[in-house]
Amino acid sequence: MNKRLWRIIIGAILFIVAIVIDVNIEWLNIALYLISYIIVGGDIVMKAVKNIFRGKVFDENFLMSIATIGAMLIGEYPEGIAVMLFYQVGELFQSYAVDKSRRSIAEAMDIRPDYANVKKNDEVIKVDPDEVQIGDIIVIKPGERVPLDGKVIEGNSTVDTSALTGESVPREVEVGHEILSGCININGVITAEVTKEYGESTVSKILDLVENASSKKSQSEQFITKFARYYTPIVVIIAVFLATIPPLVIDGATFSDWIYRALTFLVVSCPCALVVSIPLSFFGGIGGASRKGILVKGSNYLEALAEAEIIVFDKTGTLTKGVFNVQEIHPEGITKEELLELTSYAESYSNHPISNSLKQAYGKEIDNGRISDVEEISGHGVIAAVDGKKVAAGNIKLMKKLNIPCYEGEAVGTVVHVGIDDKYAGYIVIADEVKEDSARAIKELKEAKIKQTVMLTGDTKNVASKVAKQLGLDKVYSELLPGDKVEKVEELLAQKSAKGKLAFVGDGINDAPVLARADIGIAMGGLGSDAAIEAADVVIMTDEPSKIATAIKVSKKTLRIARQNTVFSIGIKIIVLILSAFGIATMWAAIFADVGVTIIAVLNAFRALNVKNL
Amino acid sequence: MKKKFILEGLDCADCAAKIEHAVNKLDGVKEATVNFMTQKLVIEGEDEKMPTIMQEAEKIVKKIEPGTVMKKA
Repeated sequence: MNKRLWRIIIGAILFIVAIVIDVNIEWLNIALYLISYIIVGGDIVMKAVKNIFRGKVFDENFLMSIATIGAMLIGEYPEGIAVMLFYQVGELFQSYAVDKSRRSIAEAMDIRPDYANVKKNDEVIKVDPDEVQIGDIIVIKPGERVPLDGKVIEGNSTVDTSALTGESVPREVEVGHEILSGCININGVITAEVTKEYGESTVSKILDLVENASSKKSQSEQFITKFARYYTPIVVIIAVFLATIPPLVIDGATFSDWIYRALTFLVVSCPCALVVSIPLSFFGGIGGASRKGILVKGSNYLEALAEAEIIVFDKTGTLTKGVFNVQEIHPEGITKEELLELTSYAESYSNHPISNSLKQAYGKEIDNGRISDVEEISGHGVIAAVDGKKVAAGNIKLMKKLNIPCYEGEAVGTVVHVGIDDKYAGYIVIADEVKEDSARAIKELKEAKIKQTVMLTGDTKNVASKVAKQLGLDKVYSELLPGDKVEKVEELLAQKSAKGKLAFVGDGINDAPVLARADIGIAMGGLGSDAAIEAADVVIMTDEPSKIATAIKVSKKTLRIARQNTVFSIGIKIIVLILSAFGIATMWAAIFADVGVTIIAVLNAFRALNVKNL
Repeated sequence: MKKKFILEGLDCADCAAKIEHAVNKLDGVKEATVNFMTQKLVIEGEDEKMPTIMQEAEKIVKKIEPGTVMKKA
């Protein structure tokens, strides 16, 4: 690379000297031009000759050699050398840009841990993460990368998950928490028990996904490579006609004039500039998305996202947290606090998710001394003596059994009715909580011109329609069995326009068939779920549904850039071709159409990597 | 059977497309993709023809982009 740069610089200086001094001795001038040509473009000519012997004629080395040598033969030395010079600058710039882009993404994905500190018999030794086994105890010091997935058994700390999730707020970890490989430990020393081998750990899964991504090509890329396949030969054939026919047919037309026009054609005929900017844009877009914690498995999926018309969400775990919480407390005759306290006590012996969420909402330590005579009635609820009062907590059936009249209206979620000393004391509603950014996600999707947002759920109609209303979804299908979801998605697929795409968003658990059936399968909360990473086309590493809108924005931006590059580079080339056929454009314009366009397109492609202001 | 290779030194996007096009035409190849940005060549082909496919693919790579080395990934 450096050698090439020096050659260009030295050649350029000689070239300028040759132009500036412009001595009257012709042979000296020509000698100077020739020397600078050899320094600048000697390797291209050599490659062209070698390739001809290999049976490969129409490559760009050959085209450039013919164009420049031809120009010098008809006496246009400065132009011949300038074309070669700028061509080399363009090539250098292009390979620098591609290299930089490859590297910047490798860096963004540089989450591979180098070693693991394994603790054995009170001794800590550094080993390759590959050699660590499940059950081994590892120590992670501040500043170190978590090498394998595990469970914290000692110490607490905050970890930086940004490399995995794009989330800049560090996460707190303490004993009992899971830690994921690839995160960076920020402050405390933590000791963890390894739960997954390196090959199965999060970091390996993500690296594997990223490294194998984007082998599927976008339509824009397929178009441009196909275009290039025909473009070069056609331009070269036209050039041959231009050089030979008009001077023979048209009166007064000279060979040198028409050959010059033909050579200009050859300069514009190189396809590489055209071709490189498209994969570069998509690569940038995929890289930019991964910085936001969105992994896209191929250019084709990034492209499809921009065409999404219908987004179908699974409810539990996608739009809602999938964790049950106390949502409403409706006391009768006592205070809210009392009702919650007594109910939590009565339910405290049970291990049911509902009793856990009650205990969590109550938030204080349960004093077992205050409870006695606990009686669980299966399918009904529980009756217990709390502080000497008879507390009955359960569903309507329990209230009816005890002859306690209770609220029988509709509620969203699971209702726990409470009777105290055979008198109704009110009810508590427990439900899955909507994620903080779900409403924003739907709003942003609408702003991104998504035609329909749909929610599928196995939950009851009441719960489903309340959530749908709260979030502003267009349609909701409730009380579905897992198999019904595929059917509904197929129905929706039939409704979309021919070009539009349907995306299904799920948490990756139990919805692999639906993920596969949709045009774009998006899995949420990819961290820790292998099934999701495998089944989906797009994996969102965090739990935020609003990332879907982000992904669509990245996709639209990338596509816009790719389209600009296609139209701009093909357009300029065709304009210059037409102008030079009529003898209006000079070889300088042709150099711009080749090298200038490449540089502009590559710089434009780089914008796809920037996802800060979408 | 699916085989992955790294095309070290792959520097030209149009050449990548040409390599992909040529490898796809080889006998026994179901699908071949060249990813210019990640410098990867993935060939899916019939098991028994794989050794010949690999040899031919290497020749194609050498012919289209002489500076490139085809390595097993």
